[in-house]
Amino acid sequence: MRPSSDAYWRQTKRLTLALLLLWIALTFVMNWFARELNDLTFLDFPLGFYMDAQGLLLIYLAIIWYYNRRMRKLDAKYGIEDK
Amino acid sequence: MFGSLTKLQRYYLYYTASFLLFIGALAVLEQHGMPPRWIGYAFLFFTISMYAVIGIMSRTSDVSEYYVAGRSVPAFFNGMATGADWMSAASFIGLAGTLYLSGHQGLAYVIGWTGGFVLVALLLAPYLRRFGEYTIPDFLGARYGGNAIRLVAVAAAILASFVYVVAQIYGVGVITSRFVSLQFEIGVFVGLAGILVCSFLGGMRAVTWTQVAQYVILIIAYITPVAILSYNVTGNPVPQLVYGKVLQEVGRLEERLFDTPAEIEVRKLYRERADLYAQKIMQLPHSLSHEREQLSQRINEMKNSDTQMKDIVALEKQRRDMPHDPEQAKARWESAMFSAVDRSKPPIHHAEAFPGDDAEQQLIQRINFLALIFCLTVGTAALPHVLTRYYTTPTVSQARDSVFWSLLFILLLYITAPAYAVFAKYEVLSHLVEIPIAKLPGWVAAWAKVGLVSIEDINGDGILQIAELSMNPDVIVLATPEIAGMPYVVSGLVAAGGLAAALSTADGLLLTITTALSHDVYYRIVRPDASTQLRLVISKSLLLVVAVLAATVAAQKPGTILSMVAWAFSIAGSAFFPALVLGIFWNRATRAGALSGMLVGSLLSIYYILRVEFDSIPWLGISGFNMVPWFHVHSTSAGLFGVLAGFLTIVVVSLFTKPDPQATSFLQGIRCSSDREGRA
Repeated sequence: MRPSSDAYWRQTKRLTLALLLLWIALTFVMNWFARELNDLTFLDFPLGFYMDAQGLLLIYLAIIWYYNRRMRKLDAKYGIEDK
Repeated sequence: MFGSLTKLQRYYLYYTASFLLFIGALAVLEQHGMPPRWIGYAFLFFTISMYAVIGIMSRTSDVSEYYVAGRSVPAFFNGMATGADWMSAASFIGLAGTLYLSGHQGLAYVIGWTGGFVLVALLLAPYLRRFGEYTIPDFLGARYGGNAIRLVAVAAAILASFVYVVAQIYGVGVITSRFVSLQFEIGVFVGLAGILVCSFLGGMRAVTWTQVAQYVILIIAYITPVAILSYNVTGNPVPQLVYGKVLQEVGRLEERLFDTPAEIEVRKLYRERADLYAQKIMQLPHSLSHEREQLSQRINEMKNSDTQMKDIVALEKQRRDMPHDPEQAKARWESAMFSAVDRSKPPIHHAEAFPGDDAEQQLIQRINFLALIFCLTVGTAALPHVLTRYYTTPTVSQARDSVFWSLLFILLLYITAPAYAVFAKYEVLSHLVEIPIAKLPGWVAAWAKVGLVSIEDINGDGILQIAELSMNPDVIVLATPEIAGMPYVVSGLVAAGGLAAALSTADGLLLTITTALSHDVYYRIVRPDASTQLRLVISKSLLLVVAVLAATVAAQKPGTILSMVAWAFSIAGSAFFPALVLGIFWNRATRAGALSGMLVGSLLSIYYILRVEFDSIPWLGISGFNMVPWFHVHSTSAGLFGVLAGFLTIVVVSLFTKPDPQATSFLQGIRCSSDREGRA
């Protein structure tokens, strides 16, 4: 195994794990408290309802966008062929 | 700007423009007296022939084109195709209604069906694309080796996809029978024709390009009615932005209407009715014969007096329609009892999370909300017909981008669905409740006629109470055009959208099933020396057989089909997700581990569904095995246990078996491709 591809995989794993934990925290931990969040209001919505109906969806999109951006940079840095 | 578009983008722009022109033309014709039925036919004919043209233009006899569209689908279009592939008749027609009925609790579907794409993006899509074969069983077979795992994967893929495809064809039958008044069975076979023109000649290549076309139609059809409704109610045509205000208004209406004396009285009457049915069920079979005797006695009394013949005939019909035996009586009375119990409960507040009378009830709702999200996300990331789409992009980086586009295009619909539900609830609470039944708007009667809305004045005051109205969830999307007072052409558009959603999903599923059979079973296991021509002939004939089979099952109108679709997520999730993810990220996962994990996971899910949902299987002669759910989890979330058990089994069994020496080099190849090429 070449050292460069080793580092590439290590960084990929780290990025994946970080984003996955963020995803779990938002999807499961935050939603556990949806009832409490609903006491706050955001853009006329109860916050818990807003997050589940729109907010989380947009954050999911942002997570994927960020992952793709970082992976493109990693690919370029380590010269990973994209075929 | 126009010049910077690719040729494909320009084609689809022309296509969208001509579809909009077509709608405009129909709107004008409707003003000049074109009857609704013909508008329905025009939509049916126009859209299906569009798909047929694309399908025939994309015909192919190349294996790579047939299975993975030649791996030449740009990320943007693959995203659109995945969107159409993903959004089924249930998303298009059913979701808004589910949200209407269950309020915040229903948002689990919205989160689950979008959140799963994060898992696809981070854990699966890039690696599947870098692997670059044809199917999901291909991947498992290559990673773990051996035919056994391939066969288990094929079985799980077919089980999950077949149930799902039957539900889509059923959806087509429902839509065509409602909007163009075709007979249900004929509608099913029209749907079958629509599916075959897309997939038969061109396989994945044709399916991809028709799915893109279908996405355009379905999203226009979904957003238009609610945008107009939003404009009517709030003066702003972007419903997603403004329905917060409407939701507040709904909250105020709920406060005012839920506990009026009339509502409380109606709920009490339903409770009494439920008790009555409970009593009758307890006293079976005596209560049944007693009821029949009473009815006979009344008929005889009437015959002896000079009652009108038609009243006697009506009573005789009632006697004929009575349950024939105690078994049937029990089933029928139980469903009547449950519906009365439902109506006797105070309605839920739309925005309230985890509604319940006490802390324990709320905890149960909370657990089920999160469990359902878990199953739907994992199921989304494991349904083979979605995952295979990521084989079709030209590069790994495009596969990653196309997950982004997929989620964006899917999100447009899922972000709109909760708005549909809130606007519909606002209309019902402000324009139906507390209105004299004789003065209800016309759409209520129209949909009551086809049985999707029912009204029962149980307290006899001539005024509608909330508990007296029951609506089938499908009606929310189907009736919104009429609720907003739009011309029939918008209803036709909605029908065309629902049709596109059902057909596109059915195409993808059908292709997955036939590929699993022809590629994974026939080519990989039975005859590895088969010529490419023979493989395609086999594929095409299997496609025909499976499609006809699915349509035949759908024509029987299986009643439980919708809950079966929810179970398909749990089964697919527990069979595939642990084996795929550990296969990619854990070198130590072995064949024995994966095989046992897949079996344990999916069988545990099936076991849980059976024991929680049923009490007996008549054709196997076993009964009385119903059990209390674990941790209050509903059978729709069976995958929670299946997936966790799958992960656990793979880890434990793998650690007890010898590591696979080939795993490391295989994983090196799919994790960073430059190395694989360097070696080759």
